[in-house]
Order: sequence, then C-alpha cells, then structure tokens
Amino acid sequence: MSRITSFLRARPWAWSFIAAAAVWLATVAYTGGQGAGEILTAALSFATFAIIVGLGQMMVISTGPGNVDLSIPATITLSGVVAMKVMDTDSSRMLIGIVAALACALAVGVFNFVLIRLLRIPPIIATLSSSFLVLSTAISYGRGIRIKPPPPLADFATARIAGIPIAAVFVLLITVLIAFALRRTFYGRSVLAVGQNERAAWLAGISVDRTRFITYVLSALLSGVCGIVLSGFSGGAALNMGEDFLLSSIAVVVIGGTSVAGGRASVPGIWGAALFMFLLVTMLNTFGASAGLRFMLTGLIIITVIVLAGGEKESR
Amino acid sequence: MSETTIRLDGVGKSFGAVRALNSVTLDIAPGECLGLVGHNGAGKSTLMHILAGTLTPSSGTLDVGDRQGIRCVFQELSLCSNLTVAENTRIAHRNLKGWGWRKRASDMIRAKLDEIFPGHGIDSDAEVASLPIGQRQMAEIARAFTVTDQPLRLVILDEPTSSLDAVTARQLLDYVKAETARGTSIILISHLLGEILAASNRVVVMKDGQIVANRPVAQFSRDSLVAAMGSEVHKHASAARTTATSGDVVLQAKPFGGAQEMLAHRGEILGLAGLAGHGQTRMLLQIFSGTDADVKGKLAFIAGDRQSDGVFNLWSIGENITVRSLAALRKSGLIDLAAEQRLAADWKGRMAIRTPDVNNNILTLSGGNQQKALFARALASDASIILMDDPMRGVDFGTKQEVYAMIRAEAEKGRTFIWYTTEFDELTHCDRAIVFRNRAISAVLGRDELSEENVLRASFAENAA
Repeated sequence: MSRITSFLRARPWAWSFIAAAAVWLATVAYTGGQGAGEILTAALSFATFAIIVGLGQMMVISTGPGNVDLSIPATITLSGVVAMKVMDTDSSRMLIGIVAALACALAVGVFNFVLIRLLRIPPIIATLSSSFLVLSTAISYGRGIRIKPPPPLADFATARIAGIPIAAVFVLLITVLIAFALRRTFYGRSVLAVGQNERAAWLAGISVDRTRFITYVLSALLSGVCGIVLSGFSGGAALNMGEDFLLSSIAVVVIGGTSVAGGRASVPGIWGAALFMFLLVTMLNTFGASAGLRFMLTGLIIITVIVLAGGEKESR
Repeated sequence: MSETTIRLDGVGKSFGAVRALNSVTLDIAPGECLGLVGHNGAGKSTLMHILAGTLTPSSGTLDVGDRQGIRCVFQELSLCSNLTVAENTRIAHRNLKGWGWRKRASDMIRAKLDEIFPGHGIDSDAEVASLPIGQRQMAEIARAFTVTDQPLRLVILDEPTSSLDAVTARQLLDYVKAETARGTSIILISHLLGEILAASNRVVVMKDGQIVANRPVAQFSRDSLVAAMGSEVHKHASAARTTATSGDVVLQAKPFGGAQEMLAHRGEILGLAGLAGHGQTRMLLQIFSGTDADVKGKLAFIAGDRQSDGVFNLWSIGENITVRSLAALRKSGLIDLAAEQRLAADWKGRMAIRTPDVNNNILTLSGGNQQKALFARALASDASIILMDDPMRGVDFGTKQEVYAMIRAEAEKGRTFIWYTTEFDELTHCDRAIVFRNRAISAVLGRDELSEENVLRASFAENAA
C-alpha cells in the first residue's frame, strides 16, 4: 500500500489515467461491454485537440505564477480560418495554407509577449484582450460560407489504423518532443527554473525574457497546429471552433498534475486528463444524464480529481 | 512616572544553537536616556524585543514592572498603511472607544505631533500610505509618546532618525531631553554616533551579544566609541598574499550613490564592507546585470538569501548544483545527463554536502548544506568572477573554514571574488575591502589597513547631527 502511494506521489499524472480508466470502465459496465473499443477510439480522436493546446498551456503555466495563455481559442479559430481560406479546397495549396496559418499563430504569440513584457500587462489580461483582436481578425477575414478542407488534410485528421487515429500518433510525437525538450534542452530546464523562482533563475544565468518569449510563441504555434487539424477533422473552419478549448486547455494541465504555481510540468498527465475529460462526458451521456446534471457532475468530478491528485503540499 | 527601575539580570537568549544574547545585566533608571550602540548582529534588537515583551529570555531574570508603560518604535515601521494616522493611534490605545473616538484620537496625535515636531505638516486624518516615509516615521514616533490612561515609563527608539532630515532629527533629540526631564526613560539606538553623544546620559556598547562598555556619556568620545564597538583584526597565517592586486583589472563599476569607481583584479578577493543595507547587495546586482559596470569574464552569483535568490525548491540537489552549468554541459545542443550526474556527484564530494544521494530534493538538506550547494553551483561553473552576497548565513563554523580555504585556492587559480559580508572576521580573508556608506564608496582599505576599527570609522563617517 505504501509503495502504491509513494509511486503515485512521484507521478502526479497517474491520477488522471486512473480516473480515465475508472470512467471508461463504468461506461462499459453500464452498456454491458458494448462499444468499449469505439468509445476509446472516439476519445483518442477528440482528446487529440485538447492535448495539442494543453501541451502549450502546460509550458506557459510552468513558467511561473500568473502565466496563462487565454488566447488559445482565438488563435485556433484564426489559424483554422486562414488555413481553409488559403488552401481553398485545393490540395496543391495545402503547404502554403499551413505556412500561412502557422505564421499568423506565430504573430499572435509574439504580440502576446510584447503586451506582457514591454507593456507590462499581466498575462491573463494581455492574452484575453489579444484574443479579442485575433478573433475579430478571424471574423472579418473569414466572412462568408464554410470552405471545406482539401481531401488529404481531411484524411489525415480523420483516418484510423486499427482503431487508432493517425492524428493521435502525430500528437504523440509532439508530446514526446516536448517531454524530451523539458529534460534535455537548455530551454526546457530554463522553463522549469524560471517557473520555480524567477529571480534565482536570473541569478543562475538564465534569461527569463527569452524563456517566456519562446514559451508564448510555442503555445501559439501549437494552437495553430490544432486549428489546422481541427478544421480538417470537422470539415472546415468555424468561428466558434476554439470555444471549448479555453477551459479544457487549462483543465487538462491542472488535472494532469502540472503545478499551477509553476516549475513542474507533467507531460503524460495531459493525455490522461484529456482522455478523462472526454470519457467523463461520454459516461454521463450514456447514463442519460440531463444537460444540467451533466455539467454539475462534470464540475464535481473534476474538483474531486484535482483534490486527490493535489494531495501534497505546495511549498509556496 | 513610576519610580521603579527597569532591571535585567543575566538575561540571555538563544535561537537554536545561536547565542544572540549572552548574560546581559542592565539597569535603566527613571528619567534616563540610554544610548545603545553596536554593529549589526551585536544583539541590540534582541535585547529590545525582550524588553518589549515580544521575545522571552532563555535565561536570567527580567524586572520591567507593568509592560503597558513600555513603547517601542522599531526600525521597520509598524503603522498600518491602509489606515489614517488617527486610526493607527487608536490601535495603541484600547480605551479610545465609544462615539467620537476618531476625533479624540485625531486631536491627541495632532497635539503630540505639534509638540515634538512643530511645523510638521501632517494631516492626522490622512491615510498613512499617502505620507512620505519621513512623515510616517514622525507619526510613528509621536504615537509612541501619546498617553491616555497608562503613564509612560520607557520608550525604545530604534534608529528613529533614519528617515528624518537634520531639522526634524534635531527636534526629536530636543524632545527626548524634555521627556526624560519628566521622568520617562528612553533607550536610543542609532548608528549616528553624534546623536548618541548629544542626547544620552549614559552609553551602552554591545558586541557579540554582550555589553562591553557601560559608562556615562562624558567618558566617551567618537573615537573611543568606535574602538569599544570593534576589536583588532586577528591576522591569519594563510593571509600573506601580495600578488592579488597586481593582476589585470577584470572589473570596473561605479556605485549608484557616488562617483568613485571600484576595481577588481584577476585572482583578487575583494571584500565589500559597511553597515547592512548601504548598497553592497545593490552593487553586486548592478555588476551582475552589467549596469554601469565593465566586466571582463563570466559571472556567477552566490546568494545569501537562499529562499528568494538561490534555491529551486522543486529540484534535486544535483539539479540545483548544475543549473548554472547547463549551457556548458550541452553536447550538440542537448544536455549530457551522464556528465550532469558526474558534475553533481563530484561537487557533492568536494563541498562535503551531507546527503546520501544528490538526487534527493534540495529541501532535504539543512540550511547550511543548501548554502554549500549554492557555492558548488557557482564554483562548478565556468565563471571567472564570483559575486557573493553575504553567503555564509546559516553555515556552521567548520564548514566556513573549509569554504574559506576553497575560495582562497580558487583565487590562487585566477578567479576573482567580490564578497559582501556583514562579518568582520570574514574581511580578514580578503585582499582589500571597500567600505560602503549610503550607496557610495566611503573607503578602500588595503590589506595592512584592514582593521575593524578602520572599517567602523568608514561605516560611521558622520553626515547628520
């Protein structure tokens, strides 16, 4: 028993997987084993998008208290709209569309950092207000009817091999890269150092500004990737396509065991938490819960998981 | 106007293994102004906290009678900044209650301010936060002298003039004379020896938690006070180094508050001395950030304030040691984890950090051992100039000796150390010392001029009163 608790203490992300598994088992038990595999496949497909932006949000939150990126939904929408419009359903224009969308995302990231660093606006306000600008841009640029994604993009976003979505494999690759960066690169270590103690990091020769700059740009770029793949997945861009990700990008970070105070990132937890969030809604739907009850239970269950996973004391 | 004397007999105070106060015996007569001097850490504040009742002595007896008549004005101002001056006065006087207490409090504090600081210009209904620091200090002093039902017996003034200009400081000293004439005892703590000599009847000198002199003021002069506060520096056998100040100049920097530049040479151990808070840490940070400083070489910083400037709480001991060297540990862009482990293990051994495993969290170490990890962080790095911000806090005696030896060995190899210290003994390990006062250089002392007396004289060089 004590070995189990010490295992869990060292791996705060394990809770999110335990919760996801429990919710899945409850659903499967209710349906008598029917659709167990399909539920998992669907969960992987939908969780993919929360994972991409969750990774970016995790890096931002890890750079220290007060750091958060609220412009993720707007950036998803802008890059989705730009990608669809530039590609214009033409497969040969796919690459240029991706480049254009990512360039827009990059610009948003740089703009966020400028607001935060040069104008000294708190990140929560800076990214929220920049998201209004970004969303307005997306609305005025994307005016008109829905444009379908080019077939290769749609295929990439929806195809499955043995029940496993290709997009999920692609996101797994991104996840591994980020986990590797945190451990083996100077930038990754800098993020964790700055997040724990900004002043000590500076005195240890780490550039706080450079670290935060890269991080906000990285978060925006991952939002851009999410916008492109999501457009391919859902048959085009929509102006409300980013809406769900304001809460879920933060929720997967917190449920996944990343320290909200900064300095400790939990990469696997993003996966467990994103799967848990989707499976939870599936379970409540399966049980036939009404919308009101569903929201209430979702809130309560998320609180429970956070309390369980956050059992250890923060030193700050 | 009680006639009882306040009496301390063999009062001592220990914090863990640290003896802050060592058997102090002291009488304070009614109507006496007692001047109290001594350098930082001599035990003055501990003694005052014991008198005020905020600390209880570990040994000895204390006879203060009724504590209600004892008031303190501590260095760190204690007024609530979100309340008005009058409301702050109410906090000190429980019986200011019922309808119209605000008006009565306001009248009382205004009358006292008028009495002590004529022409003070303070609105007693102004929020404290809106007052400049000097007026805040005046309000705090005036509040300490207000009387409702309890007679005033003893007022402790700890550096009361630190934010006052020459005129208001003079007004305060005059008032101290008037108040003692009415039978109130006053303890005046000040680093301005002129004030002490002008206002006190008797002067007590403290050093290392003990009273080393206790005589009527007439028997002291400025020089004899300075001499009583310090002691001759003991010469160290290992200290004979002559080449240190002849190397290339690796650092040139201009302090914030003065025109005189400081220089440091290759292989030199340069001490920054003076009273705490006179710009030494600021100087180090200024050098680190490269403002008004010409630095030839890479820098590393050893924090004295571990929690805010040094330790990464979530990381292991090893990660805390290697963080300054991560850039150098890269092989084709990636951190070499095996080399990182080796570096951490190597420095764990060299600094004798007491831990079974460098992968344990840094907070499993005692304060002194955490400090050793911070030393290891800087010494393991590629820095040629090491800045030290009074880094020996919480380090035990034996470890200190090891670290001093290591600093000396590293200096021999050509590293430069800029060492801010509040301990006189540590200056004896330096080749030269720069004494700071009011954020400017007040004296540069060579090896042979490096006595505690000279450092004190330069620290206290007179400006006011």
